[in-house]
Amino acid sequence: MDLKEMYREIVNEHNLHPTHKHALDNPTLELRGVNPSCGDDITLQLMVENDMITDGAYVGQGCAISQASADMMLDLVIGKSKDEALKVADIFMRMIKNEASEEEIESLDEAAALQNISHMPARVKCAQLGWRTMDEIIKGTEN
Amino acid sequence: MNVFRQDFPILKDPDYIYFDNAATAQKPACVMEAISKFYETENANPLRGLYKWSVMATESYEAAREKVANFLGARKASEIVFTRNATESLNLIAYSYGRANVNEGDEIVVAVSEHHSNILPWQMVAKEKNAKLVWLECDENGYYSDEELNNKITSKTRIVAIAQVSNVLGVPKPIKKIADIAHSVGAVIVVDGAQSAPHMAVNVQAMDADFFVFSGHKLMGPMGIGVLYGKHELLNDMPPFLTGGEMIEYVTRENATYAEIPHKFEAGTVNAADAVGLAAAIDYIKSVGFEYITETEKNLTALLMEEMRAIPHVTVYGSPKAKDHCGIVTFNIDGCHPHDVSSILDADHICIRAGHHCAQPLLQYMNVNATCRASMYFYNTEDEVHRFAKSLAKVREELGYGS
Ligand SMILES: Cc1ncc(COP(=O)(O)O)c(C=O)c1O
Repeated sequence: MDLKEMYREIVNEHNLHPTHKHALDNPTLELRGVNPSCGDDITLQLMVENDMITDGAYVGQGCAISQASADMMLDLVIGKSKDEALKVADIFMRMIKNEASEEEIESLDEAAALQNISHMPARVKCAQLGWRTMDEIIKGTEN
Repeated sequence: MNVFRQDFPILKDPDYIYFDNAATAQKPACVMEAISKFYETENANPLRGLYKWSVMATESYEAAREKVANFLGARKASEIVFTRNATESLNLIAYSYGRANVNEGDEIVVAVSEHHSNILPWQMVAKEKNAKLVWLECDENGYYSDEELNNKITSKTRIVAIAQVSNVLGVPKPIKKIADIAHSVGAVIVVDGAQSAPHMAVNVQAMDADFFVFSGHKLMGPMGIGVLYGKHELLNDMPPFLTGGEMIEYVTRENATYAEIPHKFEAGTVNAADAVGLAAAIDYIKSVGFEYITETEKNLTALLMEEMRAIPHVTVYGSPKAKDHCGIVTFNIDGCHPHDVSSILDADHICIRAGHHCAQPLLQYMNVNATCRASMYFYNTEDEVHRFAKSLAKVREELGYGS
């Protein structure tokens, strides 16, 4: 998939019509993630009950890739356990570094469309922002 | 077709449009040949050896200094110090002149449109000396009023730091006038010429700059060579910046006497090959002529601004006058983040800059997070402008907005 296709087929929809871009009423976890060099700035909120992510949302601003990536991430992790969510995040991070297997990439569903970002070093941080932030909040609850 | 284009090997690929000239300029073959020739025929450590190659290397290096002095209209070659880039030149001034001359309660006046390289060194001096940074505020098009200059530059001012041309808005500033105000209160003026020296004839005496800096790479020279001009009496009184080999007269176990300027400021083995490359770039730019450069850039900018104005949802920042852009056109597209815009243009092989352009205080003042910047040079063409505008017109659609 070339770059324009990636935007047309996946990124634009999630950026312009996100499912999860809103604020939760009483999130159990919340963390701000920022890419200072480009101004991507999101606040990720998760609702966690008995180690299960039962809901999630984000607010903020940034480039289409950062916003769409966060939206797709929430599609994937809502309904998963914290551990499962961390595993998915790990696969995503490795995909962006070109280190994930075909099978792993397929498990990412729509987010797999972002794999070409691995050839665009300047955009890697944008794609990773939501995932990095989720990884930090969940790991922050473990110690 | 532009007659100078063939001088640039990288521009032979007609598929790519290079509109990021404010970041760095492309290099003509003569610059690369001059560097190769230095390494192939006269490479030796300059200023040290007593044999032929070292003497040749020294002569080429000092001839490059003469060339730069002449290019800037300096009185003497000893007023030219070679550095790595404009950033290092500005740091040298701050660490050496700034720390020796700024005291508690003094003020350093910095223009809000400055590049971070002309802000951070002054923040450092101000913090260390308990001095105050005072900001010159521009209007929305990037111009500074006389009133603002007269209000902010006062008897407390020690240093005025300002770029001759902003790397975001491209607006040239009346340096002579600002220098006169600075001098009338006993301050010195530090002029960042990184974006002016490649585009207009500079005369440091006519503008009465105390210090003037630029980077070789933005002027078609190699990366890694920069210039600091300082008035002889100022440089002469300044303490050294870096110390070590080459910059000394005499060294004992406890003490050292320093070499005369400019060598006092050039510690360690110098970058002779790239100084030679810069000299070749200066010869080249003179052969093109600033009249041609200015005229071509003005016409390309006018055309680009006109075509961009016709595209809905595009905002162009800075002066409405094309001549006050120095080839730089900074813009945004409604609803589209600059990084997405530049990725889409990249897919069409168009190179622009997106982000904060190392000028965050200005962007905060303009109330934007980031912008796109297309910056042209005399080797760009009208055809490239048309192709750029055509691609730009499609960006919003590519990013999912109905047109
Ligand atoms: C106005 C201005 N000043 C300073 C610099 C810094 O130049 P360099 O990175 O070559 O030191 C730049 C380059 O981006 C610039 O545009």
